[in-house]
Amino acid sequence: MQTNLQSAGGNDQLIKKKLSYTFNQLGMVIILVLLSVGMAIFAPHFLEMSNMLNIFKQVSITAILAAGMTLVILTGGIDLSVGSTVALSGVISVLITNAGVNPIIAMLVGAAIGLAAGAINGYLTAVPKLPSFIVTLGSMTYLRGLALVISGGYPLVLTNETFKFIGAGKILGIPTPIYITTLVYIIMFFVLKYTMFGRHVYAVGGNEEAARLTGIKVERTLIKVYSISGLLAGIAGVVLAGRLFSGQPTAGIMAELDAIAAVILGGTSFVGGFGRIQGTIIGVLIIAVLNNGLTLLNVDSYWQKVIMGGVIVAAVLLDRIRNRRRR
Amino acid sequence: METVLARKRAAEPHAELQPVMKMASVNKSFSGVQVLHNVNIELYKGEVHALMGENGAGKSTLMKIMAGVYRPDSGSILYKDSAVNWPSPMAARDEGISVIHQEISLSPNLSIGENILMGTIFPRNKMGFIKWQLIYEKAEAILRSIGSSLDPRAKVSTLSIAQQQMVEIARALSFNSEILIMDEPTASLTDKEIEKLFVIIDDLKRKGVAIVYISHRMDEIFRISNRFTVLRDGKWITSGPISDTNPDHLVKLMVGREIKDLFQRTYADTAVTTKREPVLELKDISDKKTVKGISLRLYPGEIVGLAGLVGAGRTELIRAIFGISALSGGQIIIEGKPVNIQSPSDAIGYGIAHVPESRKEQGLFPNLSVQENILMAQMHSYRNSGILQYDRMSQDAERFIMDLGVKAASKDQNVMGLSGGNQQKVVIAKWLSIGPKVLLLDEPTRGVDIGAKTEIHKIISNLAEQGLAVLVVSSELPEILGISDRILVMHEGKIRAELSRQEATQEKIMYYATGEIK
Repeated sequence: MQTNLQSAGGNDQLIKKKLSYTFNQLGMVIILVLLSVGMAIFAPHFLEMSNMLNIFKQVSITAILAAGMTLVILTGGIDLSVGSTVALSGVISVLITNAGVNPIIAMLVGAAIGLAAGAINGYLTAVPKLPSFIVTLGSMTYLRGLALVISGGYPLVLTNETFKFIGAGKILGIPTPIYITTLVYIIMFFVLKYTMFGRHVYAVGGNEEAARLTGIKVERTLIKVYSISGLLAGIAGVVLAGRLFSGQPTAGIMAELDAIAAVILGGTSFVGGFGRIQGTIIGVLIIAVLNNGLTLLNVDSYWQKVIMGGVIVAAVLLDRIRNRRRR
Repeated sequence: METVLARKRAAEPHAELQPVMKMASVNKSFSGVQVLHNVNIELYKGEVHALMGENGAGKSTLMKIMAGVYRPDSGSILYKDSAVNWPSPMAARDEGISVIHQEISLSPNLSIGENILMGTIFPRNKMGFIKWQLIYEKAEAILRSIGSSLDPRAKVSTLSIAQQQMVEIARALSFNSEILIMDEPTASLTDKEIEKLFVIIDDLKRKGVAIVYISHRMDEIFRISNRFTVLRDGKWITSGPISDTNPDHLVKLMVGREIKDLFQRTYADTAVTTKREPVLELKDISDKKTVKGISLRLYPGEIVGLAGLVGAGRTELIRAIFGISALSGGQIIIEGKPVNIQSPSDAIGYGIAHVPESRKEQGLFPNLSVQENILMAQMHSYRNSGILQYDRMSQDAERFIMDLGVKAASKDQNVMGLSGGNQQKVVIAKWLSIGPKVLLLDEPTRGVDIGAKTEIHKIISNLAEQGLAVLVVSSELPEILGISDRILVMHEGKIRAELSRQEATQEKIMYYATGEIK
């Protein structure tokens, strides 16, 4: 019994450790507010309505990807392939639109390509139990390769107005991508809280072994999670193509890293099981405000990257220190 | 008869010598629970010292303190006449204390030679590069000295468990040990290999090594030991020359515990007499490793205890029934119908529930609330066109919390904030939520305080009265005796005895569990 008690003690430590990986969401809200106030003071145009809409429009791709990434990271995995999925979905949907396919159908095909790519990632992660990092590192590369092969390496120009509307259009003066992003987040919030699948995501992320012993179909849950991440990447690819008026094989390079950064800033733990979609919105906004504010402040774009990376590390570190002190 | 000879051989040549290791009044607690109370042990050069006790008696903790893995809370450790307080296991090893662990702790991806010399400083040339040739030569010499013909260049992952055990032994010997602790070294060895091991042990004795030998196999103990120490519930009971005792006496010393503090089930004999059809029947089932041809019947309303030592195959049997590990033969029959259980969700579909051995690793979702932990197996029944009905979920969760007396601030509290006993109640509630017919419990009160233990026993007993068939694995004999209607004793993957509640005693169970057929 004593060894058992010992291991129980060790497990408590582990759980404390797990908790300390989750960043306090309130802390991140404060950081977001401080950043916004700072920008509002130093960059006079920051608070203007047009700039605000611009921020949201620009961040919509990262936001859509981050919603799917939140699910994946909640299960304790990672999806590095979403940026490449954006490119492949964009290239193919533009290509078939230009070939005369109905643009609505073409956009659905783009989304479906993402879904299929995600399902393959999910299958490989769940059934032969390959590490998601390696599976999606592979698919990141082959999906990008496919996008380059199909496009011949050049951007495919999009002329269809219906298709353009999804990325560059406006409804009641508000850019379409903002509607799409909002809808994605409302659905995701609902799915996570009010469906059995959503609760199973938390269960699998919190304790996969216990989930299996509870009768949860862990493999099925994981395949769904990666499929959703892929589907959202496919949608993001269509939106981006619409916004750029072209399907670009180099679109979305490094987009997965922005999405991961947003999820982590939003308080979702890398060890799985801890985190919320609401947090991811905050994380996305922190990245958006920084990007936009630094541009308004005329900071050199190379330096923006340096600052961006530094802020991500610093924000997470600050929060970690704050959490540790509270314990 | 052999044992008689062995006892004669085990004369006491050391009586006048000073002990090489003397631990006195050692105390140790883990998270507030005292697991060693003033324990003593003395080791002499060239002896095999049998350390005896039930599961959880404190043997492993004591040995871990001797080997520097844990530090004692109080007490003295005299090693070669000087007081020591090892800062680390490495320090103890450098001073000549080696351990052969029960679980194999080799690196499977490395060569045998590297594993044997791991922890020593590898020989290097002037450039700082490792001289592999020398490593393999050294390792080979050690292997040959214990009569093993293994190739030191081969990878450990290619070896059988028994061969790995030999590598473990070789590694322990590479440190020129003065004290060698062997924790169940024969658990995975064949008879032939055991003979080899005994030859090695004899050789080490002659070289003056003191050996602590932990084993549940009485025949081995009486064959090779010179002296023994018995621990029970973390207390030192007695020590002495092995020639002063016999298997019966040792078992009595190990189990002599009071049962009166624990819950006693007032069971209804009607449950036994109205035995209609068994709800669960096993016909000759085996798994791929441990379980060998088990048949049993479980009737509604009865509690069957599954006793045995660690490694006897009790947990493995339960896991096989629940579809966690695959069967290699036999048939599971539920309510008269043969079933094919491939996964836990299949088992749940047939109304089987399983409270696993380790609550934290296998039972709880540490990230979720009490409510969600309780309802997670039954989420599907709270959907209304796909949407979870939180109202109904709250009501049911609160009902389970009330019924089982879970002490929680609220149903929304994180489950890790509860005490061990209340966490266990949450796990049991999770299974009651599916309305099971068969409840499999694996060590249901491990790491639970005595108050909660009694409450859990009451819950289990009530469930049986409501018609549930319960199969309980427990390593605590008083628990098994307190709640079971019948007791099955397992030894080496087989059921060795079925005891009725009336005829079962701690001693009887221990005889069958140790394979000591009377």
